[in-house]
Amino acid sequence: MTFTRTVLARGAAVAALGAVFALTACAPGGSGPATSASLGPVSKDVAAAGDITLTVWDQNTDGGIADAQTQLNEAFMKQYPNVKIERTAQSFADLKTTLKLALSSNTPPDVVQANQGYPDMGAFVEAGMLRPVDDYASLYGWDSYYPEGLLKQNSFSSDGKTWQGDTLYGVSQTGELVGVYYSKKLLAQLGLDVPATLADLESDMEKAKAAGILPLAFGNLEKSPGIHLFGVTQAAVAGSTAVNDLVAGTSGAWTDAPTVEAAQDLADWSSKGYLTAGANGISRDDALTSFSSGGALFDINGTWQQQTLATAMGDDVGFVALNSTEGTPATTGGQGLAWAITFKSAHPDVAAAYIDFVTNAKAAQVLLDTGNLPTVLPADYAPAAGSLAADIATQYRAVQAANGVVPYLDYSTPTFYDTLTAAVQDLVAGQATPEKFTETLQADYSAFQSSK
Amino acid sequence: MTALHSVAPSEETATATLTRAGDHAQAVRARRASGSRRARRSRVAYLYVAPAFLVFAIFLGVPIAQTVQYSFYDWNGLGTATWVGIENYLRVFEDPQLRDSFAHAIVLMAFYALLPVMIGLFLTALISRSHQMRSMSFYRTVLFLPQVIASVVVATIWVAIYSQNGLANEVLRAIGLADLTRVWLGDYDTALFAIGLVGTWLNIGLCLVLFLSGVGNIPPELFEAVRLDGAGRVREFTAITLPALRGQIAVALTLTVVSALKTFDLVYITTRGGPGNSTTVPAFEAYNRAFNTGQVGLASAVAVVLTVVIVLLTIAISRIEPKDVE
Repeated sequence: MTFTRTVLARGAAVAALGAVFALTACAPGGSGPATSASLGPVSKDVAAAGDITLTVWDQNTDGGIADAQTQLNEAFMKQYPNVKIERTAQSFADLKTTLKLALSSNTPPDVVQANQGYPDMGAFVEAGMLRPVDDYASLYGWDSYYPEGLLKQNSFSSDGKTWQGDTLYGVSQTGELVGVYYSKKLLAQLGLDVPATLADLESDMEKAKAAGILPLAFGNLEKSPGIHLFGVTQAAVAGSTAVNDLVAGTSGAWTDAPTVEAAQDLADWSSKGYLTAGANGISRDDALTSFSSGGALFDINGTWQQQTLATAMGDDVGFVALNSTEGTPATTGGQGLAWAITFKSAHPDVAAAYIDFVTNAKAAQVLLDTGNLPTVLPADYAPAAGSLAADIATQYRAVQAANGVVPYLDYSTPTFYDTLTAAVQDLVAGQATPEKFTETLQADYSAFQSSK
Repeated sequence: MTALHSVAPSEETATATLTRAGDHAQAVRARRASGSRRARRSRVAYLYVAPAFLVFAIFLGVPIAQTVQYSFYDWNGLGTATWVGIENYLRVFEDPQLRDSFAHAIVLMAFYALLPVMIGLFLTALISRSHQMRSMSFYRTVLFLPQVIASVVVATIWVAIYSQNGLANEVLRAIGLADLTRVWLGDYDTALFAIGLVGTWLNIGLCLVLFLSGVGNIPPELFEAVRLDGAGRVREFTAITLPALRGQIAVALTLTVVSALKTFDLVYITTRGGPGNSTTVPAFEAYNRAFNTGQVGLASAVAVVLTVVIVLLTIAISRIEPKDVE
C-alpha cells in the first residue's frame, strides 16, 4: 500500500525533527549530589509532626516477612495515631526497576528500601536522593546496635563513588546468610558427616554421586542463583577479607589465583555431574523442591528459604556455613535491603522513628515470631535444638563473630549482576574456561574502577 | 499486472488508467480555477487533523525525541548525564553482546515470520478446498487461540513443555529418542531455537486466519476457470491463490517480522537472555540496560537502532504488496 509508505516517510520526518529537538535540548538527569545541605536538628518527637501520611516503599512480599511488616506497621500507627502509613510493597526485582523513577519525582516516598552496592544505593547517593542518617544513628543508637561490618555495607562516601564509605544511608531489618542446606537423612544413609570445609563438601558430593544420589540441587534459570553458588565457593577458597576488598574495590583482581581456583571447582563439579543436569534451564524453585523432597544431598541457598524448607522437611534439614581455608567461617551474606530516608521527605524525624521501629530489638522479636532472621539476634534467643532455626541462628552468630560475611558479589559494579550471572551460566555449561570466566569479570570490574 | 487482473480486469482499473492518461492540460486549468477555494479547504482540513496530530506529537513524538536525546548521553537514569556523542551507537555495533542480540533477532525472524508464513500457505492450500466445511469456524478459532492467550501465560506453558520432564522430553522418550532429551531452554545449542519455535507456534494461527480470509475473497469462478483449463492443484495454487494472497502475505510478514524484532516477553519469561547471553534480543537488552544496569543512554541507542531496523524492514516488505489503485 502506498499509504503505509507515506506514513512511514512522514514518521521518519517526525523522528528526524525529534532528533534535532533532542540535540538542542539540555542534558537529562539531575544536578548531582546535594552539597551537604544543612540537615537541621533531629528529634525523636513524632507527635510534633501533626497529622501526616508517611509513604513507604518496601519489598517485604514473601510469607513470613510480609506478616511481620504488616504487624509492625499496625503497631506503629497504634502508637502514633497522628501518622498514617501508606505502604507500597513490591518484589525485589520490581522495586529495583521502579524505585529509580519514584526517587526522580518531586514527591518521592518518605522511606524506601534501597539495595546496597553501586547499582542502586550508590547511584541514589550520587544523585543526592538519600538523606545521610548518621545523626539519627547516634540518636537511636543504631551505631552501637549493629555490627560494624553491617553498618559499613549500608554506607557510602557522600558522592556515591565509594562503597563502605564514611556516611551511613540506612539500616536493615533482616540478616541473611547463604550456606549449605543438607539432608540429614541422606547424610546418615551415606554415612557422611556434615561438611565443614569446601574439601569436605567435595568429598561428600563425590560419595553421593558414586551412590547414585544427586549431590547438589542447582537451578539457575533465573540466573541469580549462580551468584550465590559462586559466592559461597569463592569465599571458601579466598577467605572473607580478600573477597570483601575485591567487591569494595580496595584491592585485588578477579583474575587472582583463588578466584580462578573457585571457578575451576565449579567447572569441575559441573563436569563431574555433581550439579543438577541442565541447571541453566531449571528454575530455582524446582531445584529447591527436588532437594526438599529428598532428591539431592545439598542445596546452596539463603537463610530466606528457612521457612520454606522447615515446612517441607521438618527437622530433617540442616544448615551450615563453610569454613574458609583460613579456618574460620566465610560465606556470602549480609543483610536485607537498607531502610533509607529520601532527601526530599518533609518528615525526616517521623521517617527515622519509623525505621527505628521496624528494625530495633523489639521488631527483632516480631521477626523471629514470624519465621525470619533479624539483623541482630537477641542474646537470649535459643530455638529448639535440632531445628533448622537453631542451625541458622548458630551459624549466623558464628559467621558474625568471625567477621566472615562476604557481601553479594553483584555489589561490585553497576553492571556486575548482569555480567556475573551470565558468566556463571557460561562456566557451568562449559562454554567458558575458568580463566575466561574470571577475565570476563575482571573486564567489567576494571572498566568501572577506571570510570570512578 | 497480477493474475487477478489478467483474468478479470475490473472496471475500476480501466477508469483509473484512463484518468492517469487523461488530458493533463485540462486538469491544470481546473486546478487554477478552484485554487483559492481548495487552499481554504485544505487549511480547514489541517484543523481537523490537528487534534489527532497533537495527541500523536505529545504521546509519541516527545518520548521518541527524548529517547533519541538520551542516546547521545552516558546516563545512569538518576545523576548527571555526560554528553558522549555517537559513542553509544558505536557500542551497539562494537559490543559483542549487543551485536549478538541483533543476530539472535534475525534468527528469530526466520522462526517468527518465514516459517509461519510458509506453513500457513501450505495449510491454506490444503484447507482452501474445504473452507465451506461447516465446522471451519471452529478450527479457525482453535488455530487463532495462541494469539489470544496472554503472552506471559504462553511463555509459562512453554517453559513447562521444555523442562526436564516436560512434554517435549516425554514425547522423545516415548518414541525411543531418550538420548535427545535435554532441558531445551537451558542448553546453549537449543535455547534460541526453542524460543523461536514458540514464536512459530504463536504466529501460524495468525497467518492461517489471514490467508483463509483472503482465499474466501477469491471469486469461485476463477477456480472453475482454471480447473476447466485442466490445471492441477499445484498450478491452481500458484496461478490463482498465491497471487491473490499477496496483500495478506505482506500484512502477515509485516506483523510477524515486527513481532520477531520486538520480542521481549517470551525471552523475559523463559530465559532472561540466558543461558549466558545466548538468547538476548534487542528489546530485552534495551529494557535490561535501562532499568537494571543503569545504562540509560546505551539502552536508548539500542531502542533507536531497533526502531530504525523495524521501519526499514517494514518499508521493504511493503514493496511486495499489490499497488493501490488510485
